[in-house]
Amino acid sequence: MKDISKSFPGVKALDCVDFKLRKGEIHALMGENGAGKSTLIKVITGVYEKDAGFITLQGEPIHFKTPQEAQNKGIGTVYQEIMQCPNLTVAENMFIGRSKSLFVNWKQMNEKAAQLLESLSIPASPTQELTSCSLAVQQMIAIARTVDMDCKILILDEPTSSLDEFEVHKLFELMRELKARGVGIIFITHFLEQVYEISDRITVLRNGKLVGEYETPSLSQFELIAKMLGNELEDITKLKKHEPIVSDTSTPVYEGIGLSSAAGVRPFNFVIQKGEVNGFAGLLGSGRSESARAIFAADKVTGGEVRMKGKRVKIKTPLHAIKQGIGYLPEDRKDDGIIEDLSVRDNIILTFQVLKGFFKPFSQKQAEAFAEEYIKKLNIKTPTPSTPIRSLSGGNQQKVILARWLLTHPEYLILDEPTRGIDVGTKVEIQKLVLKLAEDGMSVTFISSEIDEMLRTCSRLIIMKDREIVGELRGEDLSENDVMSVIAEGGTNNA
Amino acid sequence: MNLSHLVLPLSVMLLLVIINLVKGADYFRITMVNGAFYGNIPNILFGASELVILSIGMTLVTAASQGQDISIGVSATITSAVFVQYVLQASEVTLLTIVVGFLLSCVVGLVIGAFNGSLVAIFKVQPMVASLILFTGGRSIAFMIDGKLSPILANDISNKIGTVIPGIPIQTPIILTVVFIALVAVLFKTTNLRLYVETVGVNPNAARLNGINPKKIIFLTFLIMGVCTAVAGFIAVNKAGRHDSVNLLKLIMMDAILAVAIGGNSLGGGKFSITGSIIGAYTIEMLNRTLLRLEIEPATIKVFKALFIIILMVVSSPIVRVYMRKALNRVRDLRKLKGVGLTGTIMSTTISAEMRDE
Repeated sequence: MKDISKSFPGVKALDCVDFKLRKGEIHALMGENGAGKSTLIKVITGVYEKDAGFITLQGEPIHFKTPQEAQNKGIGTVYQEIMQCPNLTVAENMFIGRSKSLFVNWKQMNEKAAQLLESLSIPASPTQELTSCSLAVQQMIAIARTVDMDCKILILDEPTSSLDEFEVHKLFELMRELKARGVGIIFITHFLEQVYEISDRITVLRNGKLVGEYETPSLSQFELIAKMLGNELEDITKLKKHEPIVSDTSTPVYEGIGLSSAAGVRPFNFVIQKGEVNGFAGLLGSGRSESARAIFAADKVTGGEVRMKGKRVKIKTPLHAIKQGIGYLPEDRKDDGIIEDLSVRDNIILTFQVLKGFFKPFSQKQAEAFAEEYIKKLNIKTPTPSTPIRSLSGGNQQKVILARWLLTHPEYLILDEPTRGIDVGTKVEIQKLVLKLAEDGMSVTFISSEIDEMLRTCSRLIIMKDREIVGELRGEDLSENDVMSVIAEGGTNNA
Repeated sequence: MNLSHLVLPLSVMLLLVIINLVKGADYFRITMVNGAFYGNIPNILFGASELVILSIGMTLVTAASQGQDISIGVSATITSAVFVQYVLQASEVTLLTIVVGFLLSCVVGLVIGAFNGSLVAIFKVQPMVASLILFTGGRSIAFMIDGKLSPILANDISNKIGTVIPGIPIQTPIILTVVFIALVAVLFKTTNLRLYVETVGVNPNAARLNGINPKKIIFLTFLIMGVCTAVAGFIAVNKAGRHDSVNLLKLIMMDAILAVAIGGNSLGGGKFSITGSIIGAYTIEMLNRTLLRLEIEPATIKVFKALFIIILMVVSSPIVRVYMRKALNRVRDLRKLKGVGLTGTIMSTTISAEMRDE
């Protein structure tokens, strides 16, 4: 690809970007959100038409108008969100929409599927339902499908974001196998370690421009981050957390005793002081999100009592929690956070408006002023406040949700995975913001699956395992190893 | 404010006006009969009253519950049956009788709304299935309230409500519709109804986590729908002068759903435009009357209506829209290349073409 440009109303998404993929290589495409990675991919796969530039495939100039054309030329894509039919069988998912005849030869289809699964050593049987496979296996099946369609180029957009370490390892084996067969793979991820583990080359984009193409071994992680961020790098090292303003003996902002919820968390006790940043740490499924949801009454609360500043209060619904000054940024931004068709403005004012009441709408002018204020404060990149939130990048959507809660001026803010699936720059911005908020006296619970993020921001970590609190760590000498050992020890206690 | 969703209903209206003007230049002529305005336009406004009111309710129900209420015509028959019975039992019909009767029918409308609403909001029944119950059985209920007759509303006030009040040149149903629209506008101005309904319609999960109870909001839209059916039933029965439980507002929900769609609203819920639906409702009435005016045989009129709607839906579909946008961009690029001079020529040719038509 040479000199690719693509503009959207108000934004130049790609500005003369070159991109080269060689046969049988794994090429990592890196950049912050909004750097133009997704746009570039969509141009390659024919979702968008390019405004300018040339694309050649094996020396032959090509011009795709539809994704179908790209697919026919051997360009396969597996997107971040898996788009398959969950209640069909594995084999059906692999062959759906590809049959030329009206009738299906089930036996032949299942046999072919079995062969393919076998050859790529994917642990699934053709006749089982897709939902019964783990996410990683579903991901692999999607890949197998494209591979079987004779693809020369395979594009993997954030394939590992919902996989655990072992599953990632399996996926990488599959990628190496394909590489050996001569498939060129474009790999997009936010996990730097994975880039170094698997990729041969790295292309870095920033703000729609090409920064450069590098051989992976010759580029250090530090240099890579520097290239992705431009000048934002030194900020990470400058981040400095601080201890809560008040001592442990004073009345906590929030105190939950014996809380439990319908989502299956065992009854737990939890306190947070004014200006404290703490976090729930644990592996996926350990109950860290469920605990946060129990505090906010996002799931049905089944027991326990709550004190806010020493006073007993009833929190049975999210509205009760909001009224008590608790904010909750949900883990699943798309399903629980954004109101995707509504404007950025409506998304920002929503909760504050609910807090004010059904019969007291803000005037248009007031709403506009709130939106403008927070768009500026959090540096949200949106063409206008009335743009639908749907058309913003993930990081900016997350900032809008943050703005929504900050506008309600909560005393206690719960952030569940606020940095998931967003770029490094915004991650740093959010972490900085959390520390700033705490300094101003807000209590924050910060949950992240990236432990180093929590170590950087939290002064106290509550360690969870199997839906139970198994330990607590505090102090400046919190480290990843300590967290791991508590999780491990918690295991032995339970056994 | 973004008005792009009104492009479709307004252009359809414009098209219908052009067709009517081609048929006869006297389309807009308004005559004065017995101190009131009559003519094509007043007739459309008069005829569409019930549909406009029901479309407003349908828009809200659609937006919040992501489905449609198909019982509205039947419900309006029940509410108006109650109204008629109340008026008939009075020894002397005064304005008070009518007002109390109307309020009583509103209460019945609210009960019906609460019934449908609780099925949808609490028991999570699909709106269309929930309202199918009343759609199926409702006319029999109205028939029983009527006492198995088709009672006649032969009083002076009902007559005035259904036609004109002496001294006021505009037919009463038109005035009532305007008043109703104004009340709805006030409701939107003084509450967060729009924000809440749209939020619930787009993402009920997120709505709940932000302190909005989706069940309450869906229930509320059905209550509002109940009031809309009562008002529509009230106008319809006063217009007709008798209560025909079998045919009153028969199958009007089809037109109401269509009005919502023409108004640029998604039948899948979420963001909505009441203005669009209102224009959509008037457009449908205009279409009905245009087909009559073109002297199409009444037996085949529905075929033409269906054809028109199919064309409309295809033209407004996202696929055609994207294609049109691309075509437009190409024209724009061409213009840039050839300079602005071309635009002038195109415009003058269109203008002269239009003048020839007239």
